[in-house]
Amino acid sequence: MKKLILTAAILGALSTTASAAEYVIDTKGAHAFINFKTSHLGVSWLTGRFNTFEGSFNYDGKSYDNAKIEVNIDTTSIDSNHAERDKHLRSDDFLNVGKFPTAKFVSSKIIDKGNGKLEVQGAFTLHGTTKNIVIDAQKIGEGKDPWGGYRAGFSGTTEIRLADYGMKEVLGPTTVMLDLHVEGIRK
Amino acid sequence: MKNTTQNYGWVAKSLHWMSAVVVIGMFASGWWMVELNYYSDWYRTAPFIHKSVGVLLLLLTLARLCWKASNMSPDAVGNAFEQFMAKAAHTVLYLLIVVICVSGYLISTADGRGIEVFNWFVLPSFGELFSQQADTAGLIHKYSAYGLMGLGLLHALAALKHHFIDKDNTLKRML
Repeated sequence: MKKLILTAAILGALSTTASAAEYVIDTKGAHAFINFKTSHLGVSWLTGRFNTFEGSFNYDGKSYDNAKIEVNIDTTSIDSNHAERDKHLRSDDFLNVGKFPTAKFVSSKIIDKGNGKLEVQGAFTLHGTTKNIVIDAQKIGEGKDPWGGYRAGFSGTTEIRLADYGMKEVLGPTTVMLDLHVEGIRK
Repeated sequence: MKNTTQNYGWVAKSLHWMSAVVVIGMFASGWWMVELNYYSDWYRTAPFIHKSVGVLLLLLTLARLCWKASNMSPDAVGNAFEQFMAKAAHTVLYLLIVVICVSGYLISTADGRGIEVFNWFVLPSFGELFSQQADTAGLIHKYSAYGLMGLGLLHALAALKHHFIDKDNTLKRML
């Protein structure tokens, strides 16, 4: 009997750490960022971010076989710290947020490349167009927080071309680099 | 200089025609400049002039309203319906000018930046007063401007009607 209870307890403890846990991306505490960077006149980097988004990811703490992430972005929240520029970016010259108020990334597969490097493959929908992209990512850390929760954080980068998503590239080929940071709180 | 029962004084006339020219010019420049792209020499200059003149137009209009409030106006012309419509139209014209200037201000100052009026002074910002301020103020600005052009045209046609059809002094007293 004691052996049975002990076995059950051990199995219980093991399954807690091994189960695929769902994490909610901590946007309430703003511990996640979707930053972008693009060239200004070939002279400097222009950076900004999307202030409003939400998402979740699944990660069992052991392997990435069943891991996935989904993020929904409010494109109207674009913010490059300049009212007139952001108004222009929201207009139909660029994001056309009136017609496309959201952007979305849904992962299809996450590959562990070793040395802490991850390859997150998935579908990115922007300006109404969906393309398969790869985000080069890594886990930054995970652990308990001082308030009874458990958190895990990842960072990733990728690059997109505006033309790939049906947007005009007025000044020649326009590449936008995305710099992504997410911290999730385990549910 | 001042208005009489039958005529506008030269202060009122100057303010009226200056406003008319500036308002039409501002509409034309606004209409044109939003189509410019980075390759145009005017891409930065046109909005700079448009915003500078817009601030001055607001000051001109406020001065004009003060002058109007502290002076008599000429007697109204036409039948009761015409007098009511004229008063209503003129009130809306003033209102549209103020709304357009204020909404324009709210577009550019949503990020806390002030508006440079030529190289004379900077009109400070009140910051973002409501969410999506630049876009919302932008829509108000655009549609109010279309409204002002439409009503302004009606206003001009009405003056011509009084002049050529009724043959009264409605137009003459503003010239």
